[in-house]
Amino acid sequence: MLNTKLKLGLALAVSVALVTGCSDDKQEERQESVTGIDKNPFPSTYQKIDSKPIVITNVTILDGIGGKIEDGEILLKDGVIVEVGKGIRLPSGAIEIDGKGKWLTPGIIDNHSHLGVYPSPSTRSHSDGNEMTSPVTAEVWAEHSIWPQDPGFQRALAGGVTSLQILPGSANLFGGRSVTVKNLPNRTIQDMKFPEAPYGIKMACGENPKRVYGDKGGPMTRMGNVAGYRQAWIQAQEYQTKWAQYETELEAGGSPKRPSRDLNLDTLAGVLDGDIIVHMHCYRADDMGTMMDVMKEFNYKIGTFHHAIEAYKIADKLAENNVCSAMWADWWGFKMEAYDGIKENIPMVHAANACAIVHSDSDLGIQRLNQEAAKAWADGKRAGIDISQADAWQWLSANPAKSLGIFDKTGSLEAGKNADVVLWSTDPFSTYAQADKVFIDGAMVYDRSNPESWPVSDFELGQIAEGDAK
Amino acid sequence: MNLFKKAALASSIAIGLSLSASAWAENIAIVGAKIHTVSAAGIIYKGTVLIKDGRIQQVIEGTDVPSGYRTIDAEGKVITPGFIGAATSLGLVEVSSSAGTVDAQAEPHAISTVGAALDVQYALNNDSTLIPITRIEGFTSAATGLGGSDQLFLGQGAFITLATTYRPVLKAQAFMKLNVGNSGVDNNGGSRAALWVAINQSFDEAKFAKSYAMDPSQNWLGLTTMADAKALIPVLDGKMPLVVNADRAADIVQVIALKKRHTDLNIILASGVEAWRVADELAKNNIPVILDPESNLPGAFDQIGATLENAARLHKAGVTVVIGMDTHNIRLATQHAGNAVANGLPHSAGIAALTINVAKIFGMDEQIGSLESGKVADLVIWSGDPLEVTQTAEQVFIQGEQIDMTSRQTKLRDRYLKRNALKPVGYTRP
Repeated sequence: MLNTKLKLGLALAVSVALVTGCSDDKQEERQESVTGIDKNPFPSTYQKIDSKPIVITNVTILDGIGGKIEDGEILLKDGVIVEVGKGIRLPSGAIEIDGKGKWLTPGIIDNHSHLGVYPSPSTRSHSDGNEMTSPVTAEVWAEHSIWPQDPGFQRALAGGVTSLQILPGSANLFGGRSVTVKNLPNRTIQDMKFPEAPYGIKMACGENPKRVYGDKGGPMTRMGNVAGYRQAWIQAQEYQTKWAQYETELEAGGSPKRPSRDLNLDTLAGVLDGDIIVHMHCYRADDMGTMMDVMKEFNYKIGTFHHAIEAYKIADKLAENNVCSAMWADWWGFKMEAYDGIKENIPMVHAANACAIVHSDSDLGIQRLNQEAAKAWADGKRAGIDISQADAWQWLSANPAKSLGIFDKTGSLEAGKNADVVLWSTDPFSTYAQADKVFIDGAMVYDRSNPESWPVSDFELGQIAEGDAK
Repeated sequence: MNLFKKAALASSIAIGLSLSASAWAENIAIVGAKIHTVSAAGIIYKGTVLIKDGRIQQVIEGTDVPSGYRTIDAEGKVITPGFIGAATSLGLVEVSSSAGTVDAQAEPHAISTVGAALDVQYALNNDSTLIPITRIEGFTSAATGLGGSDQLFLGQGAFITLATTYRPVLKAQAFMKLNVGNSGVDNNGGSRAALWVAINQSFDEAKFAKSYAMDPSQNWLGLTTMADAKALIPVLDGKMPLVVNADRAADIVQVIALKKRHTDLNIILASGVEAWRVADELAKNNIPVILDPESNLPGAFDQIGATLENAARLHKAGVTVVIGMDTHNIRLATQHAGNAVANGLPHSAGIAALTINVAKIFGMDEQIGSLESGKVADLVIWSGDPLEVTQTAEQVFIQGEQIDMTSRQTKLRDRYLKRNALKPVGYTRP
C-alpha cells in the first residue's frame, strides 16, 4: 500500500479535488430549545470538497503555534491534517507535492472583512454593510447582506485566506451580528458558513457613531456613546432575566406567560450568555480602557478590539483583561483617533503577552496579510523586539482563530484540525512570496500554476478579462 | 541650548531653505554599497557616492575615497535615489476626516467655475507631521495636489521637497489635474456626455484667451472664469503636464483623442486601471501612466479589467510606468512597487517607477531622480532591497543633508517602549 503513492501533475490534482463531488458531511442542525426559539435559524450548508489524500514534502513548515520544521512533511486526508513532521508514511493513492524551496503555513484567517457586505463593484445597490438607521441595531445579521458573488473572495483566496469573519460596519454602537465563513463562496451564504462557528457582534467606539448620529438624535459625543452601550446592556440584562425565569418555570412544568421576543435583545442577551463574541471597533487607548470597565460592569467579555491603533499604549492592560487586538501594520492618520498609529503596534502588543492579530478591513489588504505581518515583524525587530517568524505567524492564523472561537477547528497545523493550508512560493515574509497552492478542508482550491482551475465569480463571467491573472 | 547647538540648528535650517545655502554643507562619501544609479551606469555592485555642496559630485566604482570627505560606511547596504511621491496631497492635509481645515479639498468659490484656477502652492505646510513620517521611509520629494473637489479640474499641483523648510516648493504650477472617470463624471453633469463637452469647451476658451486681453475691463462670458482660462494656457502649450484620471479603456481612448485634438498637450494618465488594454496606443502616443499596481478589483464599472499585472503589461509595451496611489500613506509605494515586481515588472523598472520616471513626467529629471554627477543629492541608504517589506530606509539624505530619522511616530514608539510606569506618561520624554 505504501508504495502505491501517486505522483500526479498539478492540473490533475485540481481536477481530482474539484470533480469528485461532495462529501457526505452532515449538515449543521437547527438548535431549538425548550422555549421554542431556534437559535440557529440559518444553519451552515457548507460542504467540503472531496479530495484524495495529499502529502507535501521537503517543505519549510511554520506550524502556526511557534514551531518551525525544515524539510518537513504534512499529510492532509479526509479534510483534516493527519500528521505534520518528518518521515510520514504515505497512504495509498495519495497525491505527493514536492515543496522544495517552498514554505507551508496554516491558512490565513482575516477576522475583519466586509467582503460581500461592501462588495465590488461598490455601487449604492451593493452597499449593505451599515444599518445606519439607529445607533443600536444588534438585530441585524451581516450574513443577510452578504453577496457570495463578490469577486473579492477569489482575490483573497489567491492571497492565502482560508477563513474570514464578515462584520457589519462601524456606524452604530451595536452594528449587528457578524459571521465566520470558509473562503469558498457558493450559491448561498449558508453554503460558505463555517460549521459550528460561534456568532460575533460588531460594536463601535469613538468617532463613527457620534459622527453618524450627532445630528440624528445622538449620540453626539463619546460620553453619549458610552451611555448608549450601558443603557442597552441594562435592557439586555432585564430581557435575559425574563427569559431565564420563563425557561425555568417552563421546565418546572408551569405555564408561565411567554415574554415578547426582541431580535435586538436576543443578540445582546446572547453576548451576556457568553454565546456571542464581542468584536469592538476601538482606536484610542482611553476608549478601550473605558470599554473594559463597561465589560466588567455588565459581566460580559470583549473578545477583540478591532483597529486598536493605540493598543501599544495599554498592551499590559489588554493582556491583563485577556482581550485581543486586531491591527493594521501601518495604517494611520486618516482620522483623529488614528493619528497616533505607529508601525511597531503589533509587535509591542505581542511582547506584552497580549493577543495580537493582523487584520485587513480591506478588500485589497486581505490579499497580502502575510506582507502586513512581515512589516510588523521587521519593524518590531528593529525596535529591539525579537520575535521569531514562527511566533509571528500566530498573528495571521492562531490568534484570529481564537478571536473567532474556532481555534479548536482551524488556525494551526496540528493533527485533527481542518486541513486549511497554504503552500507559499518562498518565505512568506517577503514581498515576492505568492500563495502557490491553497487548501481548504484538504482540497486544493487554488493553484497559481493552473489558470484554468481558478474560481471565477458569477459577476465576472462574461465581463472584460474574465479569468485573467487578477 | 548651548551656542554650538544653536549654530548647528541655524545652519541645518538654512540648508533646508535653499540649495544655494547648502554650500556650507559638508562633503560626504558613502562607501561600499550596492548603488542603483537609475542612469546609464546601471547598478554598481560595490561603489561610492561623493556628495559636495548638496549635490552628487560623482558615483564611482569601488571604495577608494579621495581626501576631504566625511565617510559613511554602507558596506552591505543598498543606495537608491530618493523616492518621489508621484500622487500625493502631502503638505495639504494633516488629518483628512473630521479634523478641521483640509487644504486638499476645495469647495466652490467665485474665482473658478471649472477648477483650473485653483493653485495649491499657497496652501503648503511643511510642518505637517506627515512630512517626516514619509521622508524617513525614503521619500525625498513629491508631487502634491488637491485630492478632491466637485469641479471639473482639480487645480494646479506643486512639486515639493520633503526637506525641513518653510519654502518646500521646487516647482509651482507643476501640473493640472483632471478626472474623467466615474467619480469625476458624478460631479460634472452625471454623464460623460456633459463632462467631455465641458472639457472641450474649457480648452477652446483657453485657446481663445491666448489672444484676448484678459483683464477685468473686458467682457468674458465663457464657461470658465478668466482665472481658469489663463491657468489652462500653459496646459494647452504643453508647458504644464495634464494629469488625467481615467480607468476604463473607453475613457483612456478619449484621453488619447484629446491629445490628438490638442497636440501640444503633455498628458499623464493616472489610475489607469485598464490601461494595459490600450498599452500599445499609450506607448505610441508617449503617454506615461501613474498607477496603483495593487488595484485588482472591479471597484466600479469602469474598473472591470483590473489586474495585478497592469504595471508589467504596460512596461512590456514600452509605456513609462510610475507608481503612486494618491494616499497619505505614499510611503507604502515601495511595497506597491514590490508587488508589481512580484507580478512581472522587472525590478529595475520598479525602482525607476519611484525615481527617474516620476522626475521625468514632472520635468524634474535634470535635478533629481537618479544618482548622476550634478544632480541634487537626494538619496537613501537602505538595509537591503527597498521593495522588500522587511527592509527599511536606514538613512535619508535630502539636498545633501543627512536628515534626522525621527518622526512623531518614532517618538510615540520610543515613549511607550521606555515608559516609566511610576509616573504619568507625559513625563517620559523620548
